[in-house]
Amino acid sequence: MRIPFRLIPRAHWGNKWQVVLLVAITVLALALASSIGAVSIGWRDWLSPLQAESTGNSYVLWQLRVPRTLLALFAGGMLGVAGALAQGLFRNPLADPGLLGVNSGAACAAALTIVFADSLPWTLPAGLRPWLLPLAAFAGALLVCFTLDRVARWITPGSIAGLLLTGIALNAIAVAVLGLCTYLSTDEQLRSLSFWTLGSLAGAGWTIVGVALLMLLMAIWQVRRLARAMNALALGEAAAAHVGIEVATLRSRTILIVALLVGATVAWCGMISFISLIAPHLVRTLHGSDQRRVLPLSIFFGGLLLLIADTLARTLATPAEIPVGIFTALLGGPFFLMLLNQTRERIG
Amino acid sequence: MTSAHQDGQPALPSRRAHLQQWLGLGAMALAGLLPHGAHAANRRLICVGGALTEIVYALGASADLAGVDTTSLYPPAAQSLPSVGYARTLSAEGILALAPSMVLATEDAGPSTVLRQLENAGIAVHILAANHQFEGLLQRIQKVGELTGHAGEATELQTRLRNEWQMVRTNVEAHPAASPRVLFILSHSMSQIMVAGQETSADAMLRYAGARNAMQGFTGFKPLTPEAVIAAQPDIILLTDLGLKAAGSKAAILKLPGLAQTPAGRKQRIVSMETMLLLGFGPRLPLALKELDRSLQSAMQAG
Repeated sequence: MRIPFRLIPRAHWGNKWQVVLLVAITVLALALASSIGAVSIGWRDWLSPLQAESTGNSYVLWQLRVPRTLLALFAGGMLGVAGALAQGLFRNPLADPGLLGVNSGAACAAALTIVFADSLPWTLPAGLRPWLLPLAAFAGALLVCFTLDRVARWITPGSIAGLLLTGIALNAIAVAVLGLCTYLSTDEQLRSLSFWTLGSLAGAGWTIVGVALLMLLMAIWQVRRLARAMNALALGEAAAAHVGIEVATLRSRTILIVALLVGATVAWCGMISFISLIAPHLVRTLHGSDQRRVLPLSIFFGGLLLLIADTLARTLATPAEIPVGIFTALLGGPFFLMLLNQTRERIG
Repeated sequence: MTSAHQDGQPALPSRRAHLQQWLGLGAMALAGLLPHGAHAANRRLICVGGALTEIVYALGASADLAGVDTTSLYPPAAQSLPSVGYARTLSAEGILALAPSMVLATEDAGPSTVLRQLENAGIAVHILAANHQFEGLLQRIQKVGELTGHAGEATELQTRLRNEWQMVRTNVEAHPAASPRVLFILSHSMSQIMVAGQETSADAMLRYAGARNAMQGFTGFKPLTPEAVIAAQPDIILLTDLGLKAAGSKAAILKLPGLAQTPAGRKQRIVSMETMLLLGFGPRLPLALKELDRSLQSAMQAG
């Protein structure tokens, strides 16, 4: 049965000018973040793709910095919308993929792959190898999401606390396995492992940026279709079913998208915390909890947050680099406390 | 931690200014000394790994150094160079900002994508294999000498180190007593200690010093239960100066779980050495072995 949603107004992005402003801020932030860094960039470097000969620092600008700022924006956006989807699906403002163990599930699967891939009896064809870790991370994220969905409904049906506790338990298991991998790993494997646990955007290149953009566009396309159903779901599963939403389909589709987005970001950037928790909260505080606004705006805010955090991470200690996770937590933590204070009546 | 390129000028002229400065310095320091003097002045080296930095200094190539990592603590002069951070979380742009011509790194350096980005930017990245053998050190010296245009100095250094090593080893082998069992503690917390198993730098040093690693049966550095500490029955506890400082005193070390019940604990035989000297496998290796041997011997004779 199709969804009779004529009762609810058509999807809207709010005031047109607000959208323009947001896009302008994003572009400005990208340009600003790309223009600062350890190497100083002249205006000639910006034009170098148009010129035949490359100037001194065009490599730094166009192969290192611009892909990195774009990846920060896209990965932050992916995390932001994944957080908004998870919070909408589980109808809980604390249902953040990080807290629920999706991030650690992905990292854990990647770690298991690093440590045990060499001891498998069969070897992978060389063409597939670069995709092994992203696939493993995705599988790990998917596994945690589905277990979460199943176990939470089976043990504590309808209980939001039950869901969170299940997530925390899964998170603990994933972190434990991650610790075990660290213990069992050789020096060489430990080197690749530390990348996943610390989180970094240093690996950015145009290929990754391209794939990230593709995934983000896919997410936006899906989100436009899911947003209204998510709004109905906010009233409860029974109510959503009554207005004609196939809740089971909605759940499994949302879980798939969250796992895909989180798995991909973990595979490329390691574990980056707090973005998926903070971005949707920020949007809800500013614009209310209509999912048709929360979902798209979470992309912008998540992207901007990670862009700011990564820019700080790579510029404050030049020529060295500070792990980006420190800044997402430093930006996110106090901010989250502030939000909690503002909304404590509503949450309590 | 600042570089000359943060002054807001375009980088190319500033790099040129740098080179002129280096040329001036290099001409003063190296004129007539080196066959490759002019080249040496054009070279800007980034060293990732404390032992490699020590080799560069020992070869007299330190004028070429443009930056080092956080493990490059010796000689103290290295600490005043720009720091490119922790070896495993290098930043491609940060390193490029120092305008290097070459990056010398141990296998610890990473992430691997950053090394690839540096190579793509036209920087020669040389990864030098690390092993815990004296012969490996000689090979690394040879390699660094060739890469930095100090091959002659490298040969001299090798000869000098070989002689020193021979003397120290002869000394060690002359000890009549049975080899002591030594437990090396890398780090410790209130409830747990991290010790060296096989295939570690500490294990190799102990073997060179004619001692036995009290921990057998696992590789790498692993946390240990108090029971395993007692079962290992070490005669001597060996730790780093930093580890000793973190504990506060030798008495505090003995309070760590299990240690008081070992021969080392009962006789209070605790020896500490500087981390990079003991575990670095740099050009101070003969010196390190000499000091380790002397410390172990005096600890055994005292108790």
